[in-house]
Amino acid sequence: MIGAALWQRPGGRLGLVLLATVLLVVLFAPAVLPPPYLQPDLEQGRFLPPGAGHLLGTDDLSRDVLSRVVAGGRVSLAVAAGAVALSLTLGTLVGMVAGYAGGWLDMVLMRLVDAALAVPRLFLLLIVVGIMERIPLGVLIVTIGATGWFGTSRLVRAEVLRLRTLEFVRGAEALGAGHLRILGRHLLPNVLGPLTAATTLAVGDVILLEAGLSFLGLGVQPPTPSWGGMIFWSRSDLVTAPWISLAPGVAIVLTVVAVNLVGDALQDASGEQPR
Amino acid sequence: MSQPLLEVRDLVRHYPTGQWLRAGPAVRAVNGVSFDIAPGETLALVGESGSGKSTLARVLLRLEQPDGGTVRFDGTDIFTLDRRALAAIRRRMQIVFQDPSGALNPRMTVGAAVAEGMEIHRLGTPREHPARVAALLEEVGLDPSLAARYPRALSGGQRQRVVIARALAVEPQFLVLDEPVSALDVSVQAQVLNLLLELQRRRGLAYLYIAHDLAVVRQIAHRVAVMYLGRLVETGPTETLLAAPLHPYTQALVSAAPDPEPGARPARIVLSGDPPSPSAIPAGCPFHPRCFLPARDARCHSELPPLRPLGFGVVACHHAASPPAAPGPTPPS
Repeated sequence: MIGAALWQRPGGRLGLVLLATVLLVVLFAPAVLPPPYLQPDLEQGRFLPPGAGHLLGTDDLSRDVLSRVVAGGRVSLAVAAGAVALSLTLGTLVGMVAGYAGGWLDMVLMRLVDAALAVPRLFLLLIVVGIMERIPLGVLIVTIGATGWFGTSRLVRAEVLRLRTLEFVRGAEALGAGHLRILGRHLLPNVLGPLTAATTLAVGDVILLEAGLSFLGLGVQPPTPSWGGMIFWSRSDLVTAPWISLAPGVAIVLTVVAVNLVGDALQDASGEQPR
Repeated sequence: MSQPLLEVRDLVRHYPTGQWLRAGPAVRAVNGVSFDIAPGETLALVGESGSGKSTLARVLLRLEQPDGGTVRFDGTDIFTLDRRALAAIRRRMQIVFQDPSGALNPRMTVGAAVAEGMEIHRLGTPREHPARVAALLEEVGLDPSLAARYPRALSGGQRQRVVIARALAVEPQFLVLDEPVSALDVSVQAQVLNLLLELQRRRGLAYLYIAHDLAVVRQIAHRVAVMYLGRLVETGPTETLLAAPLHPYTQALVSAAPDPEPGARPARIVLSGDPPSPSAIPAGCPFHPRCFLPARDARCHSELPPLRPLGFGVVACHHAASPPAAPGPTPPS
């Protein structure tokens, strides 16, 4: 039902088509692309401009740029999906507990969230990432995810506070429902709706964040490609071989635009005011 | 009178206001209310919005803790029960809310909503639930095929029937009906009221029917209790209370209700002003700022009138007298 409402909005439709294209390419292109992304094409050489052999050219190590964009997309999107899933879980958990329990627990949790929200997210990330020598992908996902749930928890808490006053929650209590049943069957399903839009928009944020971190050399480590990392490592060749950084740049822009279009349309479709 | 099903004694519920160290005046929503309800009986609780009647309903079901007083259900004090015993007694007392659009979880099908009480209290095996749900939906006058629908697909009247079926699923003996028809169209109101009467006859249910006016009370209630600023001001059998109200506030309510019998009806009493805020209840008789009785005097300003037996009921007014020979309220001078 929500899908149909999405499809009826031009923005939503464009976003869905774009997003589907990006996902399809990233997931299935490696099967059709001949040169593996790590293998240098030593016969053709480095800094090849886009052309017949290599559709998007080769980079400073003679690797196929298209293959690397596709492979980097898998990494970047996996980081985004993993981190957003983690933030969503943490934020929903904390928000529901705070909103449902109320009282001092709510106070303490929300003041902590306020404090965390007052620090720019990038700083939080730099603290964690900066003290580590090498950053495994798992650590990166957990770090981004663990710094991204503050806003979500506020959103969930506000929604729980609203829902708690509705009579069906009171009615369930009168029926004898325990806390777990009220949280799981009555509050959670009604919280997830408004969260969908916010979550979709968060995916775009996280893609940019990961790109930014990788661009600072603190994200995904080479030789593993990621979109942000590819731009970072090719920055010295920006003038002589712009295609190496342009290709992942365009991929980032396309994906973030697609995700935001879908998120905005979702927000419209669910009757919410856009932010 | 037989042993009452519900005995409410001196129930008090105050809400603190203000924040942190600066406490504001407490909102005295319920201020020492006592009444009984017999098995199979309907007591209507009537009062303006803000009179504390919905708070009273929530405290009765222990959805909120009282600040004083007791509620005994079938002889058991419900405020001393532990969780398990409370769950068992909740099965026997249920509530139907005013607004049927907020009373159903929008993410739950009608069938799931009706079956929830059976799941909680393990009534029958899960395999039996669909059949029981269908039987309940039929009992409240709905097509059993509605079980697969979500509440948004239903009309207001259908939703209220679902809410009633959901409450009946746990086989209660006592239902609190918190203005169950006031959000519905007039034609639907009558149908739902008839359903409630029929269910009472068939299942021997006792009702506490909360209303903000007397319009539907005549049809459904055996007795009426009138509430003003957290206190009962008059209680009596429906017929006599409507025909010869004793308390001036009841007289005003009665004169505002549409009379089913055309002809000579007493002049409408329009009370001056709004009811005072429950956080600043007047001293003495709480009704004295709006009272229109010619007999009102200094005592009304200083002394809280206790409920005293008069006629067929009880009334809390210093100056209420037995009804005159001709029924009907005396118009204000």
